[in-house]
Order: sequence, then structure tokens, then C-alpha cells
Amino acid sequence: MIVESAVIKFAGDSGDGIQLAGTLFTENVALMGNAIATFPDFPSEIRAPQGTVAGVSGFQIHFGTSGVHSPGDAPDVLVAMNPAALKANIHALKANCLIIVDADSFGKRDIEKAGFDSNPLEDGTLEGYQVIAAPITSLTKASVAELGLDNKSADRCKNMFTLGLVLWLFNESLDSTLRYFEQKFKKNPVIEAANKKALNAGFNYGLNTEAIKTSFTVLPAPKASGTYRNMTGNQATAWGFMAAAEKAGRPLFLGSYPITPATDIMQELTKHKWSGARVFQAEDEIAGICSAIGAAFAGNIAVTTTSGPGMALKTEAIGLAVMTELPIVIVDVQRGGPSTGLPTKTEQSDLMQAIWGRNGESPVVVLSAGTPSDCFDWAYEAVRIAVEHMTPVFLLTESYLGNGAEPWKIKKLADMPAITPRTLANPDPAWKPYSRDEEKLARYWVIPGTAAMQHRIGGLEKDECTGCVSTNPQNHEKMVKIRKEKIKKIENYIPLQRYKGKDAKKLLVVGWGGQFGILMGAVKELQEEGKDLAYAHFNYINPLPKNTAEVFSKFEKIIVCELNDGQLAKYLRAVMPQFQYEQYNKIQGLPFTVKELKEKFTQLLSEF
Amino acid sequence: MDTLQCLYKPKEYASDQEVKWCPGCGDYAIINAVQKAFSELNLKKEEVAIISGIGCSSRFPYYMDTYGFHTIHGRPAAIATGVKLANPDLSVWVVSGDGDSLAIGGNHFIHLIRRNINLNLLLFNNEIYGLTKGQHSPTTKKGLHTKSAPYGTIENPFNVGELVLGAQGQFFARVPDTDVKLMTSVFIEAEKHQGTSIVEVLQNCVIFNDETHASVTSKENKIKNQLILEHGKPMLFGENNSKGLRLNGLELEVVTIGENGITESDILVHDAHCKSPVLHQMLIQMKLPDYPVAMGLIRDVESSVYDKEFHGQIKAGKAEGKIKSVDELFFSGNTFQVN
Repeated sequence: MIVESAVIKFAGDSGDGIQLAGTLFTENVALMGNAIATFPDFPSEIRAPQGTVAGVSGFQIHFGTSGVHSPGDAPDVLVAMNPAALKANIHALKANCLIIVDADSFGKRDIEKAGFDSNPLEDGTLEGYQVIAAPITSLTKASVAELGLDNKSADRCKNMFTLGLVLWLFNESLDSTLRYFEQKFKKNPVIEAANKKALNAGFNYGLNTEAIKTSFTVLPAPKASGTYRNMTGNQATAWGFMAAAEKAGRPLFLGSYPITPATDIMQELTKHKWSGARVFQAEDEIAGICSAIGAAFAGNIAVTTTSGPGMALKTEAIGLAVMTELPIVIVDVQRGGPSTGLPTKTEQSDLMQAIWGRNGESPVVVLSAGTPSDCFDWAYEAVRIAVEHMTPVFLLTESYLGNGAEPWKIKKLADMPAITPRTLANPDPAWKPYSRDEEKLARYWVIPGTAAMQHRIGGLEKDECTGCVSTNPQNHEKMVKIRKEKIKKIENYIPLQRYKGKDAKKLLVVGWGGQFGILMGAVKELQEEGKDLAYAHFNYINPLPKNTAEVFSKFEKIIVCELNDGQLAKYLRAVMPQFQYEQYNKIQGLPFTVKELKEKFTQLLSEF
Repeated sequence: MDTLQCLYKPKEYASDQEVKWCPGCGDYAIINAVQKAFSELNLKKEEVAIISGIGCSSRFPYYMDTYGFHTIHGRPAAIATGVKLANPDLSVWVVSGDGDSLAIGGNHFIHLIRRNINLNLLLFNNEIYGLTKGQHSPTTKKGLHTKSAPYGTIENPFNVGELVLGAQGQFFARVPDTDVKLMTSVFIEAEKHQGTSIVEVLQNCVIFNDETHASVTSKENKIKNQLILEHGKPMLFGENNSKGLRLNGLELEVVTIGENGITESDILVHDAHCKSPVLHQMLIQMKLPDYPVAMGLIRDVESSVYDKEFHGQIKAGKAEGKIKSVDELFFSGNTFQVN
């Protein structure tokens, strides 16, 4: 049977290898040319109590020929490795969902631990669903028996048995996964053989038992021609920085402290010593940004990466970068807050902190990425703005983007925009540390080591003309206005705001950040139903594109949708109070669903 | 050194800014010694970066005609780390105080030392918060009445050198702000040392903690109460070098030459390059009235240097890596074609 798209959710104990099974499935379908979007969803504990709902790790992938804007709402296929995984997902299943469970894991004790009163496989809980209750654990062990593995190692292959079964279900090839085993276990032929056997056994189990009457085929998506690769948002962010540094012709420096879900950006960059990237794991979040500020002073493309709590710690240092007008990029891969909050769940609640979270009048540039592969372009753009306008730039991504993956159409560096750092190499007698050009109001980046240009900068207010420390009242007010105006002028160097739905007049849906795919998907589906609405996605938040008010004025109603309690809406009310903003907010650590958005927009449209 | 052969005379390292420390502040002597050291080291002005935190000491970069960065409270070690890693060719100097480096910036201080980044940190220790007008710092003597401890501070002070050794420091020197000659020679050694060089300067705050170091540094006390250490020289001090140190069991003992049959050959000879920090620690811990206070270069040991290894790995990665550009990276590994 050929289907347009499908959503699969792999779920199990956090030690069951769910993320790996999901990732390998993704690799496989990406190589086949399907459009994909993924959403890993795991507990913050590394190994939460086995068999409990709290310990369930999930990986959802949406892949297809068309209509893949997001990782999908509810799964078409749920793989539940134990009763807890079933319990955690049972509330959100499509009516005709196919459920694959490991029948071996439904013992009395397992069922109780998951919080079921009786066995859901037998008590009618799953009535109406198609269920494949395969004895995955015992079949896996049997498949690797001849290798003589210990019980634990044999047991660990069951994720690959499951993957084999799911690959069969979707008529996929095993080739890319087998190749992965060959590379990964080059030095451990027994484990390589075990994984291959388990994978094949799972595939053959589907084939031989005809576990389900038909398998599905998802055809490749019609994409723009070119070469693609699969990328997560965090990887794309790291690569965007490498590309920007190479384009700017200056070394890349990253100073960071490990924090979920941003750590992968640092780890990705450490792999690429060939690029000359300097990656410094600091002793804390403050040292992370401070080392980056030092590197910016010394002429490197300086970046620090973090998540909400780490950003709070970096606040004072960001003020120093504002005051000294040094180019740095601060990446915040947002997660649920406040405080430690929901470390592994997604949220968009650091927007206010980015825009306004510092002492004094302290304007910075705030950008956000829209999709996982999009993180590449926005990391690149963040560097461009930082070094051409001499300012700290925030790049807001979110857990949902950082861990999510999608195909990225490979670019060539030559085709990307120029990045021209404002360095000065030749002594100019008229130059002072805070001399600026009139167009951008940006100062120059005079890098230590440059002869006859020695100068001092610092966190104290400086005289507009001489660059010396100044407490002059008029000078301070003037400098505050200059720093503000410098950021405002960046609107002349960014594209105009676009929106999808040229003829619409009634409802404008406004979104930002990583909910792009879902919001766009919901609006598009309603547009196809003939509804009068449009979608404007904001990647530039401070400054806003200069035609923003013009776009807003074309619509009767505006609704701002975000994964927080209304931060972009509040910001828009502050900077463009002439418009009314409706809000649609979700603060559950989860992305929007297309379904709930469509309901909300339909309801709003019915009120006209 | 013959000043005619220098790139710059000491005073030529000064910027055009008016120095605004209080009259009589120990900082004046320190900046003079730094300028002398720079001149003797023949440092090019454009190759020096002076990074400071917050506090009286931290105004230092504004007064020097080098690259300078007056940063935020407690963070100069972290910022200087970034500067050095970004450009290892720079001569990086951190100027900080006891509050800046040992209280708010304590974490960066110990990790800088543990990593052994090749830079110099001058810690102006006046045992008080000067810029905020007289609160006790982590080095204030216990019992001192301060603005924030009107009944006397009940905190145990840090001994800077102990903290440095505890963080695996390989270079530690202590100098009084009254001895420009000693300061100059120690600053020169600090720059020559590969790794983090910590120099504690016993600095006098004339306003809020005047004469806190006087028992050690004043004219009448310095001979009898300072042991100025020199590598390879016996540990002698006092009038006519009449006193010295010897090891008695596991403790240092002050002895008088000529008494009880003690001769110079009984006196310990200073070995700054000894890898073991045990004796260095004992010297650092000496205090009045039982012992003199150790001054000069106490520890100077070669060890692996972070920034050299950091760039070594990058260099090796560049040489060995098959990928040479991001364009090559993009097309490496698993890609797929859509026509």
C-alpha cells in the first residue's frame, strides 16, 4: 500500500536504545529521499526507574512524500517496548493506529509498574487498534544465541530487532543500517554480528509471520534537485558557525559549558579540528561567555552556546559585550523554565530574557531559527550581523529544533552572503576606539597585535569622541541612544517580512522560532480548504523587519502563537501598540499540534 | 639592561590618561615596576593585552599604552583565557585584586591555574574592598573591624599562595609594593615562565586599610621580617643575614648563624624549580611572629601548558584531517541526490 506520509513513534525505557533506533530509521528514510521531521522526547534522568512512565524515552518521526511540515501530531505506528511506553502514549493515538509491543515485557510486575490495573493487551484497552504483540525479547535472544553473548548484551539488541520489523513494515531497505553497524563496530565483530542478526531477524519476522496483512510504502518526496544530507538543528548550528568563520576569514572560537539541550553544538564543533575551530569547555556558564568575549576582543568569531538557566548566568557579561560593542553570538537552545524547569522538553520562554534581560539600557539583536536545518542559515546570519554591526547577537533555537532532524539541501560557501568584519589594519590618526560610520553607527574592530592602534575598552561608559572613561551626563544619554540606534539601523540590512497567503485579509497567524513547520502546516491546510488566513513567521525579532507594521495593517485580526505565556505578543504590544493581538499559547513542554491550531484558527475565523 | 637598546623606556608604556589612584596608593609603585619590566623584556606595545576586573587595581589598563580591557567583577581570568586562546602570540597580563580574584572570581582563578594558561596574573592584595569603601575581603585578617563587620570579621582569611598550590599552581611569587626592584625582577620572571604565573603583591590601601602589611613591609621591619627568596641561594634574612631557615623534622625552624654551632651550611637552599610543592607550601605559610614572611619567587616549575596543547591538537587535526573546507565537509559522509 502506498501512503503519502506516516508518523512513527518509538517508545521504551530510556535504556532501551530508542533514540538510536529512531535515528537509524531516520537516516534510512532520509537516504531514500523522503521528507522527514523528527522529535526526540526523553526524560531528564539518564536512567529513570526501569519500567515506569517517568523513564519512558520517545522518538517520533514524520516522513513522507508530501505534507511533512512537522514531526506530526499523533503516530500512525506506535512501537512500545514495555507497558510503561504504552501507558505514556495511549492518550494520543490515531483511531487506526498500529501498535507494536514486546509481548515478553508484559509480565504482571511490568504491568503494575506502568500503572495499569490489568493487562492492556487482554482487557480490551486496545480494542479498535491493530496490535502486533511480538515476543521481541525472546526472539532477539534466539537470533543471537549462536554468538554466545551474555544475557545483557543479547538483550540490548532488541532495539535493532524492532527497527528491522519497522523497516519491513515500510518496505525499507536494511542497507544503510547494516553499513552503520560495519562502521560503528569495526573493532567489535561479535557485537556487529549480533546487531545484524537482530535487525535481520526483526525484518524476517515481519516477512514470515505476515504480522500485518500489508506493509506500507512511502515514496520519495519531490524536492528541489540537488544533494541533501540529514541534519539535526544543533549540528546545523555548529556547521553554520564553521561556514561563517571560513567566509569571514577569521578563526572560530566557542566558549561553552555543558547544558541540555545545547551541549551537542559544542560536541559537534570539537570534532572538526581540521577547521581550526577553537572549542573551550569552560568551568561555568560565566566563563563560557567571558572566554568568548576575550576571544572577540582578540579578533576571533566568538560564540557561546547555552540554554535558559545558563543564559541567566551570562547576563552580566552580555552587558559588557553591549557596552564594549564586541561581536559575539549567544545561542540559547530553549527548554522549559523557569529555573531547572523541564530540561529535556521544548519551550519558547526565553524571548523576554533575550530582548530585555540585562541591567541598564542594553539593546541586542535577537534572531530565531525556524526548522532544524534552518539553524545553519541563522547561525551564519548571526555571525554576519555581529561582525558587520559590532554587537552581541542572540540566536534562539529550542530543544525541539536542536534535537529534531530534517534533510538539508547542501549549499556552497561561494553562494552564501559575504561577511565583512569591520577590522582596521592601517593606523588612521583620526581613529578613536568608539569612532563609528554614519550608516551603521558601528565602531571598528581593531584587534590586539595591530601596530600603533593600542587602545583600551571596558564596561565603564566612554566618551563618544575620545573613547576615554566618561561620567558626563549628556554623553551617557547620547551613548545610550547611539547604542539603541545602532541596533535599529540593522533593519536596513535585513530582508523585509514576508507572509504566506497574499490574498488573505481576515486573519494573520504570527509565529516565531521552531514552531514554523507546524504553524505553516496548519495554515496551509486551512488555506486549501478555502479559509481566509495567512502566516507570517518572524526570524528577526530585534530589530523587526521594517515593513512589519505594513504587513500587520493588511489584516483584520492577528493571532500570535507561541510556546510560552505570550512573550512575543507582549513585545509586539510594546513596540507596535497600534495593533490588537490575540494569543494562542501552549506551555506543556510540547510542540503545537496541527490539529489544535486548525481548531483555534477555524474558531477565530467563524467569529468574523 | 642598557635603556638605549630598549624598544621603549619604561615611561613610554604609560598612556596619556591621568592616573586617578589615591595619593600614596601602592598601585603607583606597581605600575612603575610593570613599566620597567616591560621595558627590560622589550615587549612590543601592540603585543601586550592587559585584562582587569573590577576594583581599584582594575583601572590599571587605562594607564598603559598597550591593548587593554577593563572587564567585569571577578571575570578577568576567564576573559584573559579567551584572549590567550584566540591569539597565543599576545603577552597577556591580568590585573586583579583580592576581592576580584578570590571572592567573586574565585572559580575562574582556580581553574585558570589548574589549566596552566600561559599568562601572568598580578593580584593586588590590600586585604580590603577599596572601591566599595572598606568591607572585608577574603584576605582580611580575622578580627579586623570593617564597614561590614563593625564587631570584627569572623572569617578565616585565604593565604593566596596556599590557594595557588591547592589549584596545582606552578608559578607563585610574593612581593611588597615597597620594593620596586624586587617587583620588577619577579614580573620579568613571571613573563618568562611558560604557564600561569601568579604574583601576589602586598599592596597598601592608604584609605581603608593603611599599613596592613606594615609589619612586613615598613622600612624598620622589612630586614627582620622578610625572607627574600632567590633560587639557588640560602634562605637567609635579618640584619647582616644573621638568621636563616633549616628543616627540623617536618617543620621549618628559624636559627641564628653562629649560635649553637649553626653555620651557613646548615641553612636550606631555595629550589624554586622543585616539582614537589611541600617546601614551597611551608614557605608560603610562614607568618609573623614565629617566622619571617617569604618574598620573591617561591615556585617556578615547568609543566604542560594548556594553550600550547590546545593549539597543538588543532594543528594536528588540520594536518591529519581529510577535509579542508566546509564545502568538502558538506559533501562528506551520507548524502543523497534528488534529480
